[in-house]
Amino acid sequence: MHPFEYLRPRDLAAAVGESATGNYLAGGMTLLPSMKLRLTSPEKLIDLSGLPDLVGIQADSAAVVIGAMTRHAEVAASAEVRRLIPALAALAGGIGDPLVRNRGTLGGSLATNDPAADYPGALLGLGGTVVTDRREIAGDEFITGMFSTALEPGELIVRVKFPVARRAAYVKFPSPASRYAMVGVFVAETATGVRVAVTGAAACAFRLTAFEAALQKAFAVESLEGLGVSGDGYNQDLHGSAEYRASLVPVMARRAVAAALAR
Amino acid sequence: MTVDVSLQVNGKAVSAAVDPRTLLVELLRQQLKLTGTHVGCDTSQCGACVVHVDGRAVKSCTMLAVQAEGSSVVTIEGLAQGNTLHPMQEAFRACHGLQCGFCTPGMIMSAVDLLQRNPNPTEAEIRHGLEGNICRCTGYQNIVRAVSTAAAKMRGDSAAA
Repeated sequence: MHPFEYLRPRDLAAAVGESATGNYLAGGMTLLPSMKLRLTSPEKLIDLSGLPDLVGIQADSAAVVIGAMTRHAEVAASAEVRRLIPALAALAGGIGDPLVRNRGTLGGSLATNDPAADYPGALLGLGGTVVTDRREIAGDEFITGMFSTALEPGELIVRVKFPVARRAAYVKFPSPASRYAMVGVFVAETATGVRVAVTGAAACAFRLTAFEAALQKAFAVESLEGLGVSGDGYNQDLHGSAEYRASLVPVMARRAVAAALAR
Repeated sequence: MTVDVSLQVNGKAVSAAVDPRTLLVELLRQQLKLTGTHVGCDTSQCGACVVHVDGRAVKSCTMLAVQAEGSSVVTIEGLAQGNTLHPMQEAFRACHGLQCGFCTPGMIMSAVDLLQRNPNPTEAEIRHGLEGNICRCTGYQNIVRAVSTAAAKMRGDSAAA
C-alpha cells in the first residue's frame, strides 16, 4: 500500500469538503484490497465511519430507506427489512461471507458498482432511488457501466430508498470461491409493474425488458418458457464463458419467480 | 506521518502511533505481539485473520488499525479464561477440528460470532456461517462437528459430549 493521509470527519459537509483530493472509505471491502494490490493509490482517505447520520434503517409501508453506511449484516438481520422486502434482506445475507457482511456497506457497494455485486441488482429490480448529498438519482440512471455510476466527483451517497414490492426474490449462482454472483437475477412485482434485473452477467447490472413484459402478462414461471438471452457482450473469465453466463440467466430468472411466488 | 489510535484489546486499553497504512492485523501481531491471529492470504479470502471488533467477526487484514479507533477488539488470545479453554476451543480439540492449525484461530473466532447470533445452528447454517474461512487440511467435517458440539455445550444441553 502506498502512503496516504487519513481523515475521519465528524460531519457530512466536512467529508464532502475534503473530497476534491481524497477517496471516501466506507466498509473498505473493495477499496482496501485494491490499495494493497496498488490497483489504486489515493492520496487521502476520508473515513465515513464517524458520520452516524449515514447509518440506520427507516421503513414504512411504502418504502425501506437504508443509510449508506449500514452494513450488509444489519440489513440482513433487520426485522423491518425482512418483513417488508424479504428479498432485500436475503440478498444482503448472501453477499460475500459473514466477515464481509460485518464490514461492507450498501453505499460502498453501489458506489463501487462491481459488475458482480448483488446490491445493483436490487437497486434496478426494486426501482430504488439513490439519495446523495446533493440530489436524488433513480436507480435506472445510477448504473452507467463497469465500476461506473452517475455519481459526480466527490458526490456522496447518503441513503437509498427501496420501494416495497408486492413480491420479489433474488436468486444468484455464486462463484464457489468468492460468493460473487456469476449471474444473479432480481425479480419484483412492483406498484409500477414487473421488473427483472440481472447482475454478474455483463459490464454492469441491467434490466431484461422481454422477461418483464412476459411476467407482466402473468407472474408465473411458465411465462418465461422459451425466453433466453444472446449473451452478446457478457463477461467471460476463468469462472465461466459468456455463453455459460447467458445460459444461467433464464434459469436464475425462473428460480427467482418461483421463489417470489413461494414467499 | 503517524496517527494515534486508542482501543481495547482483550479487555486492556491500548494506544499506539501508527502509519495510517497499518492494518489491524499488523498492529496486533507486530506491535502488540499477539501472534495468535494469522495472516494466510492477505487478500481477504481465507479468514485466518478473523478477530472480533465491537462484537462482530471481521477480517483484520482488510481493516486499517485507525478504523479500530475507540473499538473493543477480541483476538484468539482473549477467549480462554486463564487455563480454561473457551468451549469452542475445547470442542475443536475434542473433535479434532484442526490438523495444521493455521486456520484455527480465525475459524474459532468466526464460529464464536456465529453462535452469538444463532445459538442452535443447523449443519447448513454452520457451513454457511463459516463460508469466509478456508481450511486446507480437514475437509471441514470435524470443524462443523466441533461447532455443533460447542453450541450444544454452550446451550447447556445435557446430551452434549
